[in-house]
Amino acid sequence: MARAVSKNRKTLNTVIAGTLGFLMFFPIVWIVVVSLKTEEDAIRAPLEILFSSGWTLESFGAVQARSDYFKHFSNSVIISLGSTFLGLLIAIPAAWAMAFVPAKRTKDVLMWMLSTKMLPPVGVLIPIYLIFRDTGLLDSRLGLTFVLMMINLPIIIWMLYTYFREIPGEILEAARMDGASLRDEVIYVLTPMAIPGMASTILLNIILSWNEAFWTLNLTAAKAAPLTAFIASFSSPEGLFYAKLSAASVMAIAPILIMGWFSQKQLVRGLTFGAVK
Amino acid sequence: MATKASRSAARLMISPAVILLLCWMIVPLAMTIYFSFLRYNLLQPGNSPFVGWENYYWFFTDPSFSAAMINTLVLVGGVLAITTIGGILFALLLDQPMWGQGVIRIMVIAPFFVMPTVSGLVWKNMFMNPVNGIFGHLTQALGFAPIDFFGQIPMASIIFIVSWQWLPFATLILLTAFQSLDQEQLEAAEMDGASWVSRFWFIMLPHLARAITVVILIQTIFLLSIFAEILVTTNGGPGVATTNLTYLIYVSSLLQYDVGIGSAGGVVAIILANIVAFFLMRMIGKNLDA
Repeated sequence: MARAVSKNRKTLNTVIAGTLGFLMFFPIVWIVVVSLKTEEDAIRAPLEILFSSGWTLESFGAVQARSDYFKHFSNSVIISLGSTFLGLLIAIPAAWAMAFVPAKRTKDVLMWMLSTKMLPPVGVLIPIYLIFRDTGLLDSRLGLTFVLMMINLPIIIWMLYTYFREIPGEILEAARMDGASLRDEVIYVLTPMAIPGMASTILLNIILSWNEAFWTLNLTAAKAAPLTAFIASFSSPEGLFYAKLSAASVMAIAPILIMGWFSQKQLVRGLTFGAVK
Repeated sequence: MATKASRSAARLMISPAVILLLCWMIVPLAMTIYFSFLRYNLLQPGNSPFVGWENYYWFFTDPSFSAAMINTLVLVGGVLAITTIGGILFALLLDQPMWGQGVIRIMVIAPFFVMPTVSGLVWKNMFMNPVNGIFGHLTQALGFAPIDFFGQIPMASIIFIVSWQWLPFATLILLTAFQSLDQEQLEAAEMDGASWVSRFWFIMLPHLARAITVVILIQTIFLLSIFAEILVTTNGGPGVATTNLTYLIYVSSLLQYDVGIGSAGGVVAIILANIVAFFLMRMIGKNLDA
């Protein structure tokens, strides 16, 4: 039952929450604004930047010219999509089996998988670095894809498991009784019900891999560097070129911001391993 | 109805994931522990003799170690305090009736999707730079001397940036928990004359307790490994003022090439993370039974 709330109260809530929300969001607005300025305008006082300077797209061109931006962008795309789909390939059968054919040890296996996620990356930095150096995987997209797949695999399995478990087994039995073959069962009954869960799993994992900034910074140099590492290269005095820094940042965060807004609800479930729904 | 055949099929389907995760966990872990007992520097070719606990001795007696431990505690504790308390307040606020709730929620959550290197650099250069940053302009407009954030209050600045990234996470989870609160119970309490404070203290907080614990534990796991924000803003400095455990191990392994000491540090980091993980796993495990 919705409670009656006075209009004034509602307005007050809106003003307070709107102000705080805007303050949280402001840095993102600001990088978009500055990315559309010339380098000279970008370091003027904030109000001058907003009201008394022209708008231009030249910084976006400058970023591309400085260090092949699209190479880094495509590295990010390949690594995050690649690690997500490789992970799915391994996780779907595992999650499916644990959800529909639970055994005595299923819970232990799940908990153990989760525990691998608790291993701090810096604890295994040296071995991974040395193995990669000796096998030529340093600064390669293949190596990074593999590492990101491994660190996100427990999350993928867990999310899929919690989604699969919500599919009632009775429906599958009913289909079987009606004479559906295993193939029909998977294609016509299981898949349609599993698609929403799989979609949100994919979304969350692309977001996590795209923003991952420990392994991507430590295992890449020039060739395989995704956007996280490319942006980090602005930490030299070059970061003082605000317009270019902003343009590079806008392009790096925009795709993920949009995906993130679509996956808000699933985010809670994925990041808490089902502990909060 | 699970037959023997379907059981073995299930086992077959789980095995790739189990084998991969097992290798991913055991192989590097064993190597880290092994290296931590060797005198092994990548800059000094030749054999690497077994030296027992020497690396641990050097790691623990290095003055940077105690600084890094304190910094790690301050960083994790500071961010946890800000995000948990801020998250409760934000969630409470966003749960109230208002116009444009969806849009406001999206604005609050957005920082979580910004990659760490971007948020580090944007805050450092465009906001906290004493000359050209927005904070600098603001303080000047108000007639104060600008603050050199990363020179004068480096750790507070990093806590601020990291909190900006994680406040949305806490808010989102606590808001989800709020929304499952029984409204009728609240109304009944209100009718019985319970004040807002006692309703918050005796009904809302206990309901949130579980979500708060989850927020704290999960954030701690991630916050212990903060790296990129430090790398792009202060490089651990000035001095070791913002060097946390993760960054210290990075410096000894990949900048000083000291595999032995870096590995000893790695083992310490693993033990620390495991203490937190133990409690988190128990919470999640309980939920799995329910």
